[in-house]
Amino acid sequence: MSASGAELLRRVKSQIEEVDPSEVNELIDEGVPIVDVRGSEEFATGHLPGATSIPRGHLESRIESSVPDRSAEVILYCASGARSAYAARTLQQDMGYKHVRSMTGGITLWKDRGYEVEVPRALTSEQRDRYSRHLLIPEIGAEGQQKLLDARVLLLGAGGLGSPTALYLAAAGVGTLGIVDDDVVDLSNLQRQVIHSTDRIGVSKVDSAEEAIHALNPDVNVVKYKTRIGASNIMEIIEGYDVIVDGVDNFPTRYLLNDATVRLKIPVVSASILGFDGQLSVFKPYEGPCYRCLFREPPPAELAPSCGANGVLGVLPGTMGLLQATEVIKLVLGIGEPAIGRLLLYDALGATLTEVKVHRDPDCPICSRDPEDISDEELGVFPDYEAFCAAAG
Amino acid sequence: MATIKIPPVLRASVGGEKQVGASGENVGEVLRDLASSHPATESQLFSSDGELNRYVNVYLNDEDVRVLDGLDTAVGESDTLVILPAMAGGAG
Repeated sequence: MSASGAELLRRVKSQIEEVDPSEVNELIDEGVPIVDVRGSEEFATGHLPGATSIPRGHLESRIESSVPDRSAEVILYCASGARSAYAARTLQQDMGYKHVRSMTGGITLWKDRGYEVEVPRALTSEQRDRYSRHLLIPEIGAEGQQKLLDARVLLLGAGGLGSPTALYLAAAGVGTLGIVDDDVVDLSNLQRQVIHSTDRIGVSKVDSAEEAIHALNPDVNVVKYKTRIGASNIMEIIEGYDVIVDGVDNFPTRYLLNDATVRLKIPVVSASILGFDGQLSVFKPYEGPCYRCLFREPPPAELAPSCGANGVLGVLPGTMGLLQATEVIKLVLGIGEPAIGRLLLYDALGATLTEVKVHRDPDCPICSRDPEDISDEELGVFPDYEAFCAAAG
Repeated sequence: MATIKIPPVLRASVGGEKQVGASGENVGEVLRDLASSHPATESQLFSSDGELNRYVNVYLNDEDVRVLDGLDTAVGESDTLVILPAMAGGAG
């Protein structure tokens, strides 16, 4: 007489090893592979932290890519411990896995014991399509795309540098883009500020930028700050952002931004442009130098080219802004080697890129100290703060 | 003769050149030679006490001379000095 389902399960369980959720909870931290053999829909509703989904029907064909070493320890689980018991027997008897165990009680018991459950957030089918070229790159993939969608990036200025940066970060699916700008679109901007358009002359730059961003990617949440960043509002604006893109056009704000971001430990991707020349560096507080390590003090007003209107090749902020966007994405994803401790000098006329080293200054007035020791009064301390640009004319 | 790369803000002081040659055994001498050929650069490079201004960085090839021997850092014939004053934004 054939065995009943219950008898078969008892027999199978007697042939395999089981493991209690409490032990699995400890093994997770040791990096032991955990395989969820439920269906993919069940997996999507929540799974053990770090578990790999291999539905039981695909077990034999997919297990080797996740656990190639047959002598390695591997733990299987399902909803209640039945399917994973059958799966464990298959791996053990048919495929030669030596240390396979099935978790007692499945994820139901795991949850009852109050252990952590990870709920994966799946991309929508539209997002899979929109970001398909990212999903195809192993360094990004679905997980990286999710990081981009979760990222909060603040752009200081929707001008020459901010325009291309905002457009490409929006296209890449950066979920939240904050934009600080108190200016309105002017005809003379359009030679380089490609996020704006002729029919939006006179419109505020943050509104114009939002319109372009939403036309490109409605997924992006645009947070508008129609103001100038200054000592009175900087902490409130920048707190909570993951990365700040700096296209600040004056020294007082540049130092203020540096000091505030060091205190909040927010990395800044900084670029500046003049004529045919551009500079770029990434200032990641406490991992690399800060702006004050690079330039302890600003030049006197007569030597500061930043205050009045200066000529710039229209394409140059595009080049430098896209280098900034690239660095932002690397920081968000944690890939590659961001330009931390390096200053890149781009000469558009010569078509050359030079790099110089930037070191942390052990005597830096700001980043040589703990962030909590930097007081409000010290932020952006700067000679002739108010008079600086007035003197430069 | 070492090569000095001139940043955009100083180019007017050297007749619009992007790079110029200057002689000297060390960084200080090379920069002094530049200042004597192009006097307008002197006050931009040096403070009244003869030190490099704090807002100007000078690199020997890719290294900041302040982490080397400062103005005493030896300079070879084929070396390049990069002068880099602070530059802000210009994104407007």
